[in-house]
Amino acid sequence: MKCQQCDKQAVFHITELESGAVRELHLCEDHARAYLNQSGGEPSQGGPEDAEEATPAAGALGVGQTADELAILDQRACEMCGITFFEFRNQGRLGCPHDYVQFEKELEPLIANIHGATEHTGRRPTRANSLPEGTEDLTRVIGLRREMKEAIALEEYEKAKEHRDAIRGIEDRWVVPSEPPPSVADDRGAEGGPA
Amino acid sequence: MKLESLTQSIGEWLRGTGPESDIVMSSRVRLARNVAHYPFVSRASEQERADIERFLRERIASVPVGRGLEYIDVGHLEEIDRQFLVERQLISREHADAQGARSVAIDRMEQVSLMINEEDHLRIQCMHSGLDLRGAWEQIKVVDDQIEKLVPYAFHPRFGYLTACPTNVGTGIRVSVMLHLPALVITRQIDKVFRSLHKISLAVRGLYGEGSQAMGDFYQISNQTTLGRTEEELVEQVGDVVPVLIDYERRAREFLVRETQQNVHDQVSRAFGILRTAQTISAEETMQLLSRVRMGVMLGLIGDVKIADINSLLVRTQPAHLQKLRGMELDVNDRNIERARYLRQHFEGGDSGRASVN
Repeated sequence: MKCQQCDKQAVFHITELESGAVRELHLCEDHARAYLNQSGGEPSQGGPEDAEEATPAAGALGVGQTADELAILDQRACEMCGITFFEFRNQGRLGCPHDYVQFEKELEPLIANIHGATEHTGRRPTRANSLPEGTEDLTRVIGLRREMKEAIALEEYEKAKEHRDAIRGIEDRWVVPSEPPPSVADDRGAEGGPA
Repeated sequence: MKLESLTQSIGEWLRGTGPESDIVMSSRVRLARNVAHYPFVSRASEQERADIERFLRERIASVPVGRGLEYIDVGHLEEIDRQFLVERQLISREHADAQGARSVAIDRMEQVSLMINEEDHLRIQCMHSGLDLRGAWEQIKVVDDQIEKLVPYAFHPRFGYLTACPTNVGTGIRVSVMLHLPALVITRQIDKVFRSLHKISLAVRGLYGEGSQAMGDFYQISNQTTLGRTEEELVEQVGDVVPVLIDYERRAREFLVRETQQNVHDQVSRAFGILRTAQTISAEETMQLLSRVRMGVMLGLIGDVKIADINSLLVRTQPAHLQKLRGMELDVNDRNIERARYLRQHFEGGDSGRASVN
């Protein structure tokens, strides 16, 4: 890929996330340096490992990484929903709650860059049945569902059944039964068929 | 279709009541929430989106606040109806334009709206007339708490409530006020004001949210960060700056009246004149002129017009509303003619009966 500013090979691939909008930059080393310098000389909020590229933009994704490093990172996929880091960089949207665990190290500088903090101090859920605050345990269901589908596709029904039981076990603990809604008026139009 | 009944009302944010409602149109708080055991919307399959929609709809229907809500299946609505809901600020443009199973639940006052399968599985919104962020926050807290009893929201001990976009993670809260700032625009101070707002990490947007142009001098001010501060602190952050902006706008209005009285009076009267006599008029021009008239009413330069009426015209002259009121689809040219007719009728009705046809 060519640099967006000149004809040299692009080695820096920068994804800027600004109030939800994604901007992608592909730059050669010189233009990347110029870009980073122009975005100001404030100290980075990222970890000490990106200290040399000490600009706010350096806290954003992919900056300071060579194309090779980024290519490896890009291929990493979430164990639950399967989204690759590349897909996230492209869309600016994560695939599932587990991404925050799977890509924690990569997301942390980005989150610090956006919010100037990495620690939630607001309201927290109160859970019954001594369930933990974090929902990582429940989120495992997303991966199990995927594996169940794969097992069915491969006609490994025994395995699929194990997955199904595991999913039920987790959901039974987490998803409290709701009382039946009092005659919900179903506003949905004619489902499917042409009007 | 029950949407028609909405054309008869104007909805909470245009009621024109509440504290400081000469400048603050509405106060809004929204929370972004996701169910922990499903992929985020953009990653969810068609089937999963339908499952998420059903799961949330059923759960919401069985909590106390959910019982009085009206459900609208956005996925099966015609485009004009989706646009209609966007114009009323009951759903976002993203939600209107999205694919797959999605819905919105609204209360009769049009204060609470719950969008299912927007960017996040659930977006709870609470809107009050005038400056009332605290009231909107207290109300949304109740809604959120009740739903959380039945819905396991995705939560991370350190990052807080997890959202599809990292810009919303943590509290998932967006606190915003919609302000009418015509005098700051006329006196060219608005850019300066916005620059100082950006410095304290507040975002400024147009009337219809993200990416929309500010139309008719209406601006939304909201918090930009959602992590690292409590919901109350973020409500305060936005709330604290509003009185300052109100003060700026009032002073700019006083300045206009004091220094350029004739000029302002002329501008306002011309705007009123065009609205009452035009034969064809675009939505943008209408918005711009209504904004001037609104200011004129506030400054006492125009009598006999109520603020609530102006507010109502702001939304009823929007494309989808106009077509709904007319009861048929209209192309741009026909809409412009119909809009002008609607405005003329509206203003004539208030004054000395029907003006003669020319």
